[in-house]
Amino acid sequence: MKAAVIVFPGSNCDEDCRWALQHVCGVPTEMVWFRHRVPDDVDLIVLPGGFSYGDYLRAGALARFAPAMESVREAAEKGRLVLGICNGFQILVEAHLLPGVLLRNTCLQFLCKDVFLKTVRRDTPFTLGVPEVVRMPIAHGMGNYYIDTDGLKALQDNGQIVFQYCDHAGRVTAESNPNGSLDNIAGIVNRAGNVLGMMPHPERAAEDALGCHDGRYLLESAIRYLIKG
Amino acid sequence: MKGKVIVRLKSEVSDPQGMTIQQTVSKLGFEGVRKVRAGKFFEIELDAADRATAEKTLHGLCDRILANPIIEDYTFEIE
Repeated sequence: MKAAVIVFPGSNCDEDCRWALQHVCGVPTEMVWFRHRVPDDVDLIVLPGGFSYGDYLRAGALARFAPAMESVREAAEKGRLVLGICNGFQILVEAHLLPGVLLRNTCLQFLCKDVFLKTVRRDTPFTLGVPEVVRMPIAHGMGNYYIDTDGLKALQDNGQIVFQYCDHAGRVTAESNPNGSLDNIAGIVNRAGNVLGMMPHPERAAEDALGCHDGRYLLESAIRYLIKG
Repeated sequence: MKGKVIVRLKSEVSDPQGMTIQQTVSKLGFEGVRKVRAGKFFEIELDAADRATAEKTLHGLCDRILANPIIEDYTFEIE
């Protein structure tokens, strides 16, 4: 199998993602410049964190129109795995590959800290074998997930909420919600289950040298899913 | 022609930026500032044959890029 990381102007977690995929998980990983198409033989596409196009207009709003995104959309429609992390999540919602939008954090501050996540769905391609409570860092100013009432109900009814902010014991509480996200939402999948967007950074928690390896469970889940076919 | 576009958060979307501005100006002693909503303003110079063409272009721009219909509404005027 093969992975690709899209590099937008202003991406800054692209090398971290490659490191985690290629060196930690052992998957050949190609860097794809935003002006190019993702090659057809790529099974897993990662949209990394950062500040694509300087977050101008709205985070992810301009990256959505980058040429690479057309091939990301096609890959998603073919059922290939697409993982958007942080700014990558913002790009996926702006591109309508995932529902909703990410607003400014209610505290108005850029938050850079570890959070606990409840893995609500442990049967998606990305969360097979991911423990029920994991710890990963967040680093964002616009991670406040919002969707209208009907949209939220649809997410809940369809089981699209994959990660929720929680406390160390897995309790989803108002206090453990760092940014004001509706229903403590930290990550969602599309209805088909092959496109995941999340604000926390699994690649920054992919090996013990980084202080935590919980993110590795997620990457390895996707890889195992693809290898088993 | 010039298009002046205002993009606003929908009324049901909370605006922490506006709330913080309101709190700050109240602390500074400006009385009677009950509510502040922050938005975006764009001034767009257009080469358009007529007003209808300019309107069409601006609607296209707003619908596709400048506003996110999930959270924002827009209005514009043409000079």
